[in-house]
Amino acid sequence: MTLLTMMALVTMAIVAQRNLFAVVVFGSIYSFLMATVLVALDAVDVAMTEASVGAGMSTVLLLAALHLTRGDEVKPLHRPLLPLLVAVVIGAALVYGTVGLPPFSDPQAAIHTHVVPRYLNDSLRETGVPNVVTSVLASYRGYDTLGETTVVFTAGAGVIALLRRRRREGQKR
Amino acid sequence: MNLTGNYSYWVTIFIMIAGLYIVIARGNLVKKLIGLGIFQTSVYLLYIGAGKIIGGTAPILSPAFSTYSNPLPHVLILTAIVVGVATLALGLAIVVRIREAYDSIEEDEILEKDRIEDAGG
Repeated sequence: MTLLTMMALVTMAIVAQRNLFAVVVFGSIYSFLMATVLVALDAVDVAMTEASVGAGMSTVLLLAALHLTRGDEVKPLHRPLLPLLVAVVIGAALVYGTVGLPPFSDPQAAIHTHVVPRYLNDSLRETGVPNVVTSVLASYRGYDTLGETTVVFTAGAGVIALLRRRRREGQKR
Repeated sequence: MNLTGNYSYWVTIFIMIAGLYIVIARGNLVKKLIGLGIFQTSVYLLYIGAGKIIGGTAPILSPAFSTYSNPLPHVLILTAIVVGVATLALGLAIVVRIREAYDSIEEDEILEKDRIEDAGG
């Protein structure tokens, strides 16, 4: 609960802060808090990924982008009343939606009673991997992971295509 | 009614609308991408929070434990994190290109330059 409050505070700092370097550092803090929350929620694999990818890689990418662009955000010309209204209305609708959700950590909720017991009971026998997350990711849903790798490859190819063109133009000049 | 459980939902919603607000209200393209990332992490929290069982452990099978948290949201969110950083990298590359073409990463200035160019051409 304390962690979640800290996350909310860091989020507010990110919204308010206009120095983009500070925003990136806050984003890194936010990712580490998120990783800690994920450990508390038993999602150790996700927490490791979030700490390395969210706090590590994203921060490096953002800093690199800041190095190539400019560090400060200018003051907006118009007042942000309409976006605030949109955000608050959507937030209110979502809070109304939580009324229909099952209570936190209810073992009888639909998410815990379908499909999952089969993986928990049979995956060790079928794949030999004690970590259920690994066995689902790499064995049962291996093709989905292949698709994910394709997405990452496409994004990497896109980044190279966008940034290489620039360098060649720079050499011509 | 479980207060702690609803608190996690509310913080998730708060983070989500904060990300949404940044995306809509802020003109700086890098800040917009950060807002998009915050929006994404709120979804992680929603999924993983739903999979938690109090008293359960991480879903690594061992004879010592009998209650495990739900592993399927973990798998989904692992994929989401990796895809998220891929889209972030692509978005930042596009921002760098925009900065070269327009010499600005502020939405207002870019639109202004487009308008002047349209009027002149």
